[in-house]
Amino acid sequence: MSYVPHTPAELGAMLSRVGASSPDALLESVPAGLRSRAELKLSPALDERNLLRHFGARAAENRTVESGPSFLGAGAYHHFIPAAVDALASRGEFMTAYTPYQAEISQGTLQMIFEFQTLICQLTGMDVANASIYDGASSLAEAALMAARVTRRTRICVSAGLHPHWREVLRTYTEGIGLTLSTLDLDESGRTATRPLPADTAAVIVQSPNFFGCIEDLAEASEAAHAVGALAIAASAEALSLALLRPPGELGCDIACGEAQSFGLPLSFGGPYAGFLAAREKFVRQLPGRLIGESVDSIGQRAFVMTLTTREQHIRREKATSNICTNQGLCALRVAIWLAAVGKAGIRRLAGINLSLSTYARRACAEAGLALPFAAPVFNEFVVAVPDLPRKLDALAARGVQAGLPLAGRGAQARGDRLLVCTTEMNTRAEIDALVRGLAA
Amino acid sequence: MSTPGRSGLVFREPLLFESSRPGRSGVRIDDPDVPPVDPVRELGAGLVRDEIRDFPELSELDVVRHFTRLSQWNYGIDSGFFPLGSCTMKYNPRVNEAVARLPGLAAVHPASDESALQGVLALACELEEALAEISGLDRVTLQPAAGAQGEFVGVRMISAYHRARGDLARKRVLIPDTAHGTNPASAALNGLEVVEVKSGPDGIVHPEALAALADERTAALMITNPNTLGLFESHIEELSRVVHAAGGLVYLDGANMNALLGVAKPGHMGVDVMHFNLHKTFSTPHGGGGPGSGPVAIRNILAPYLPTPVIRLENGRHRLDSEFPHSIGRVHAWYGNAGIWLRALAYIRTLGASGLAEVSSRAILNANYVLESLRADYDVPHQRRVMHECVLSDRRQHEHGVTTADIAKRLMDYGYHPPTIYFPLVVSGAMMIEPTECESQEALDGFIEAMRAIAREAETQPGLVTGAPERPIVRRIDEVRAARKPRLRWTPEGA
Repeated sequence: MSYVPHTPAELGAMLSRVGASSPDALLESVPAGLRSRAELKLSPALDERNLLRHFGARAAENRTVESGPSFLGAGAYHHFIPAAVDALASRGEFMTAYTPYQAEISQGTLQMIFEFQTLICQLTGMDVANASIYDGASSLAEAALMAARVTRRTRICVSAGLHPHWREVLRTYTEGIGLTLSTLDLDESGRTATRPLPADTAAVIVQSPNFFGCIEDLAEASEAAHAVGALAIAASAEALSLALLRPPGELGCDIACGEAQSFGLPLSFGGPYAGFLAAREKFVRQLPGRLIGESVDSIGQRAFVMTLTTREQHIRREKATSNICTNQGLCALRVAIWLAAVGKAGIRRLAGINLSLSTYARRACAEAGLALPFAAPVFNEFVVAVPDLPRKLDALAARGVQAGLPLAGRGAQARGDRLLVCTTEMNTRAEIDALVRGLAA
Repeated sequence: MSTPGRSGLVFREPLLFESSRPGRSGVRIDDPDVPPVDPVRELGAGLVRDEIRDFPELSELDVVRHFTRLSQWNYGIDSGFFPLGSCTMKYNPRVNEAVARLPGLAAVHPASDESALQGVLALACELEEALAEISGLDRVTLQPAAGAQGEFVGVRMISAYHRARGDLARKRVLIPDTAHGTNPASAALNGLEVVEVKSGPDGIVHPEALAALADERTAALMITNPNTLGLFESHIEELSRVVHAAGGLVYLDGANMNALLGVAKPGHMGVDVMHFNLHKTFSTPHGGGGPGSGPVAIRNILAPYLPTPVIRLENGRHRLDSEFPHSIGRVHAWYGNAGIWLRALAYIRTLGASGLAEVSSRAILNANYVLESLRADYDVPHQRRVMHECVLSDRRQHEHGVTTADIAKRLMDYGYHPPTIYFPLVVSGAMMIEPTECESQEALDGFIEAMRAIAREAETQPGLVTGAPERPIVRRIDEVRAARKPRLRWTPEGA
């Protein structure tokens, strides 16, 4: 089964038109010594029934957020996805289209991305946003590269509260072009100490809420950055927080980046997700990635088109602002549908529910005698210190509960007894009560 | 004029923000069963924002209708023939979608304990092994989220390899003039310098041209094979020898792997590292520009530098290993676009070895069929057999004032998506046509007929072609205006 349509009669007619005796005769430019003489050594082909059986059997070996209560967050969040999202995003006209190089027959994708860019600007309080980027980590890396280009400096000061994986990606992206990463430690409360900054700082990077769940003081970070002529970059791993918290654009930040997975994207073992990147108007020509703009057609009708492409690799090659070619189109579509369906009142309500649940869970932990290492306010995620943590995690796992992320060996604040717990609208009071009982046992 | 499509009812549809009405809402969200918290009291007024100004306020039906109408303005593979060169717009099998949506896969949290991930890690290994076999290389990482990120990873590993050997002067990447723009951009992102290699008059790179450039400063050759003209780089073994003799490594841009499945293995051509585009060769949907997936395959000499974590099988259990002192580090927050690589694995498992070989064989036949059928009407810049795609130019139509851009727009009126245009740069007014293996003879004939009709129109009624398109929801768009006065978002003031 290879989804090819050619009948034997067609094959004959086509070969005769191209003047070849067999399909292999068309390979004359491939040196004989390079041609594979044996078939590829691959597992036997499966029909549709057996394919689903094979994957179903493997899927059954995983434990998911649907097979029991889960308190895992850490940059990937279990949120509700209305049925309309799957229904609309599965439409073949969206799903099987390509990059909208030919605008006249890609207006669906183009208008949708223009709407996505607008939604991201509204959420972040920024002026311009690109069409999306691979994920939150690469959006952050691109933001740092952008700040280095704008300031012509090479030092990036990174909060110790940044997701450790994002920091690793940042390092991979900045190493080859000679940027230096410096760490900004957290204070007692769990927030970043953004002063003093070195005079040669290109950018200050603060994630809020940070990896430990604490809401950062972005206004302070922006002031500190601007005092030394650096840019302030705000990163969001939990984009839902933007519906409730004052956004980076209102707090003086220059670039806002992050992960929009919370808006309608399944967890899917970490991808595909949707990174977003937004900035102030004056930096628009330094933005990497795809941008959709509004224009008109030859008879004056509104139309959308890819624009400012001279920033991009397919035009500028080695002088481009980034090597990024694609965006995460279908993921951006899901985000746009989710945001439109949940809407202005709904998203605020949902964020409030998340805050109510984490507030309840934190109090329950404290009342059960568990220590909360950080006093800073949180959104839907927090750290709790749990004596004898590994044993309790195992006991909870045996009851089908994914209790959260143990922080041992993860980042600056890693301690063997620390657990990162996340509560979203998918958790119930009963689940939280059972979790706390298990942790305090 | 016969066209494969007719416009049905196509509706105008304003922006989400223009359709919104204050107080309208969609999804219902009930209260939680914990005490509600007042955000201002809990967090302090300084941290809490007001409601998001101008955010959408729509009913669920509004939303469904909005995106349904938008979709109707889009041309996808499901709509019709999509000969976009270099992009391999083949059918996206629906069973692959069903696989990726299995709850046991779609609901896996990436931060779960390894014990919760055994199934998905086993599938990842299965795909790594299949891609290693197809490439003829030793190891594979699935982490890169797209082809361009795969390129970045591959070049990063090459840099790490030279650095580890104390070979610090290798700062140059040799790239043929037929390359995709991502190649030079990926080299630059690694802090390397790009040196262009001129292809010969026959469209391929010759060893002498490369030998004149390869030296102790060479980090790598980045080559696409078949190249963007659809031509197999027949001297590839010699090119690899030249680069290796100079101390550099060979990187293969695998964008055109659809021509090589079961035909030839890059590992046998002297290639040390390559990326795959799963959204091209292995049928995962392009989604209007992503998500893609760009796994990288390497020879063992580069194994110490693989991105972390790598998946290991030990005593029958899979684990994620990050203890890699020489690793280039991560490039993705998690493990890459897992949902996409699951679809690609489903495709490989559906086709098997003989099915994959059939893919390349038919893709090559289809491309040659289109080329031979259009030779009489369009200029063909290179006179060699092509692999999976072919390139024509507008030289003959130009005499009548008709350009490649016009031909592309006119194709829309005939119901077709245009080919890739003005690329590769080595051909003036290029049209790069990649039919893929999925199209039947009559589907190709329809396209060929449309191309011939346009060639005749260019001679007799050029205004028809230069004024195209007439049939899509909008006419030809003013791209200059979009760039000169950028409007990149909706605002109530600008409405």
